Amino acid sequence: MMGSKPIRSMTALLAGLLGAAASSAAHALEWYFQSPASKMAQEIDTLHQYVMWLIIVIFVGVFGFMFYSCYAHRKSKGHPAAQFHENTTVEILWTVIPALILVAIAWPVTKTVIAQKDTSAADLTVKVTGYQWKWGYDYIKGEGEGISFVSTLSTPRDQIEGRAPKGENYLLEVDNEMVVPVGKKVRVIATAADVIHAWWVPAFGAKQDAIPGFLRDIWFRAEKTGVYRGQCTELCGKEHGFMPIVVRVVSLEDYTKWVGEKKIAMAATADDPGKTWSAPELVARGEKVYASNCVACHQATGKGAPPAFPPLAGSKIVNGPGQGQIDLVLNGKPNTAMVAFGKQLNDTEIAAVITFTRSSWGNKASEVQPAEVKARRK
Amino acid sequence: MSSVAHDHAHDHAHDHGHGHHGGYGGIMRWITTTNHKDIGTLYLWFAFIMFMVGGAMAMVIRAELFSPGLQIVDPDFFNQMTTLHGLIMVFGAIMPVFVGFANWQIPMMIGAPDMAFARLNNWSFWLLPFAALLLVGSLFVPGGAPGVGWTLYAPLTVQMGIGMDLTIFAVHILGMSSILGSINIITTILNLRAPGMTLMRMPLFVWTWLITAYLLVAAMPVLAGAVTMTLTDRHFGTTFFNAAGGGDPVLYQHIFWFFGHPEVYIIALPGFGVISQVIPAFSRKPLFGYASMVYATSAIAILSFIVWAHHMYTVGMPVTGQLFFMYATTLIAIPTGVKVFNWVATMWKGSLTFETPMLFALGFLFMFTLGGFTGLVLALVPVDIQLHDTYYVVAHFHYVMVAGALFAAFAGIYFWLPKWTGRMYNEKLGQIHFWLTMIFFNMIFFVQHFVGMAGMPRRIPDYPLMFETWNKISSLGAFGMGLTQLLFLYIVVKCIRSGETAPQKPWEGADSLEWTHLPTPVPYHTFETPPVLK
Repeated sequence: MMGSKPIRSMTALLAGLLGAAASSAAHALEWYFQSPASKMAQEIDTLHQYVMWLIIVIFVGVFGFMFYSCYAHRKSKGHPAAQFHENTTVEILWTVIPALILVAIAWPVTKTVIAQKDTSAADLTVKVTGYQWKWGYDYIKGEGEGISFVSTLSTPRDQIEGRAPKGENYLLEVDNEMVVPVGKKVRVIATAADVIHAWWVPAFGAKQDAIPGFLRDIWFRAEKTGVYRGQCTELCGKEHGFMPIVVRVVSLEDYTKWVGEKKIAMAATADDPGKTWSAPELVARGEKVYASNCVACHQATGKGAPPAFPPLAGSKIVNGPGQGQIDLVLNGKPNTAMVAFGKQLNDTEIAAVITFTRSSWGNKASEVQPAEVKARRK
Repeated sequence: MSSVAHDHAHDHAHDHGHGHHGGYGGIMRWITTTNHKDIGTLYLWFAFIMFMVGGAMAMVIRAELFSPGLQIVDPDFFNQMTTLHGLIMVFGAIMPVFVGFANWQIPMMIGAPDMAFARLNNWSFWLLPFAALLLVGSLFVPGGAPGVGWTLYAPLTVQMGIGMDLTIFAVHILGMSSILGSINIITTILNLRAPGMTLMRMPLFVWTWLITAYLLVAAMPVLAGAVTMTLTDRHFGTTFFNAAGGGDPVLYQHIFWFFGHPEVYIIALPGFGVISQVIPAFSRKPLFGYASMVYATSAIAILSFIVWAHHMYTVGMPVTGQLFFMYATTLIAIPTGVKVFNWVATMWKGSLTFETPMLFALGFLFMFTLGGFTGLVLALVPVDIQLHDTYYVVAHFHYVMVAGALFAAFAGIYFWLPKWTGRMYNEKLGQIHFWLTMIFFNMIFFVQHFVGMAGMPRRIPDYPLMFETWNKISSLGAFGMGLTQLLFLYIVVKCIRSGETAPQKPWEGADSLEWTHLPTPVPYHTFETPPVLK
């Protein structure tokens, strides 16, 4: 919204009414698959075109008859009604010919289905975990093994709620991108921690439901370097529209470099759970953790959206003894959107966010140190 | 509608008025009625009211999607709207409107005095308002209506508030109503046909309903089972759909779609029946390939039970499973193709006129076929994996359900309204209603194919900027289509109140019993003695 929102809306309105082309010069009118970045996506595109042309020919044929009939066999033109109502030859033909067309479609498609399911001999294996509402990536085999991070939407709330102009990659940008090497077969093992999500990168033609308690795999091989973006495609609750997937495909050298940097960074940011923090330090750190993990449900005001998302302001648990709140954050609450954050956040982060909630929105409870969190982990 | 029919009934000498309304007047007439025509009227008005309620929810959805960003509703409420819109349109609008047709038409078309189980018929209808209250009422309980989509997928359902339980009970009641109605329809068709009305002489509308009723009896209990398991998972510690307790979330999807795919044909087949009455009437030519229509309908019904997992290609099933469901699904194109070819062949060398029912029938034929073709695209596993859960799918099933079922319902209403009310609707306004609906419908949904292929997932309240233009066009179309339906209400009310008197057979080519053997408007009681069929 570049400040001229009404004007753009009016333009779009006109475009809508006239069925004309683009409303905003900034974005070309997308109306077909994103340009493929893998052989599989290319194959899907080709199959789709092949079937589409068949369909168009049949459609024009059938409705050619219908519209000709509408034109030539009108009562107003004095056309008398014939009374025939069956013709065995014709009826057999229009049963057998479509059957043959279906075989002509099924043959090439079958080969693609089999190729699509072949996840063997991967160069790199990454486990992808869907959380409400972010993605966790664990590099479990191949170069980069051991790298692990969580990827969250980085579009600011202000853009979503219309208080700031929307950026180019609105809703399609994250804090930590998945990085993979170009030309290598990447096996993605999808699962979820709470409800069903779906991991999708259109340019790779790769989509897999992430099902809690089950591992399901797909694969892709990116042919071109670049950044590829997708979104969660299975309704997973309130913030379903706000958990994008971003994959950065880099050259082999750049990938090796990234792995090295990522490992150093992971070691550097690894917090020492034995360290004692001051309360203001914890609050400052906790505010950031809250913004990327809690704010969607419990809101910036701490008032939540009861009853599904309870308020933290004035909450008995938040204002009660530290242990109760630590246990709840570590283990989550079954059958709610409150997941077990013990799997996603480290002791320092949990201590920080708990301390933040205990000293915000009028809450006045004592701080919690990382060591206390560590002690409550089972 | 039939209150008018009733008043006129007094004019007919052969109707002695015995047993009218069971002696009640006013509202009690409608609550206690066992007359198939009254109950048909109740179903039709109920369906229309739910159509407007579900339509209003669609307006909320399209208003939020008019621009990127969150403007009007929060994501939670948005999800509640998509869920209720789906449930209300499927169970509250489309299914009841065709039961309304069945009630009015089946006894008259087969020469029966009424439905076989008249009191059961009353109960089948009066269950519906309670289910509707539960569904709509769920908006007002703490936590609101469930925001899980009309498919009610586990385990998201476990996170919902009490509104989810209300929805589950609503589904139970709706299922009960459908099963009772179906038993009644099957019994009526098999036992109450006039002498000489053999099965293969029945109008095709009756055939499609007979097959639909069997589908309902087979499929609705499956849905009831699925939602009951959801209920016990929520409250009684079972773990049917929870891996932590040995269950499987995907099991829910298998059960749901074992119901859900036959449901698609439960919605579509009666519409096929209506179209098979309308096209011959306005072509002044018998239906082409009557027997093959019956066989094709049966084939579609049977196939509908072995294709369910094509809704689930992305859950990660084995390659053999994907191939089986793909092949089985593409097979449906054959009997469906036969039907389309038969309809076109019926028109061929006929003597065509294009009154409103025929226009809606042709609109149906054109756009339902388009929806069928995108169905073929979606049947192909690799292409579906790209398109699954995108707006392409939304476009596809609205072409089948709106341009299919809803257009067929409009065709049927304009076709039979003169018979039911004794009055003609305004032909000009009817044609305006058709063209506006046709244009706005395509404005909403044709562009959704594009936005889906470009990568917009369904069920999201906000979207990346590149999808904005298509969404604007779609929303404008939606507002237009919503307003257009007020015109439909006006046309129907005007017809009932002050339409011109209709002759016994206003459509030259119509040939089933209600046109050939019964006066217009039809008396309150018909065929108390069976008609004589040559």
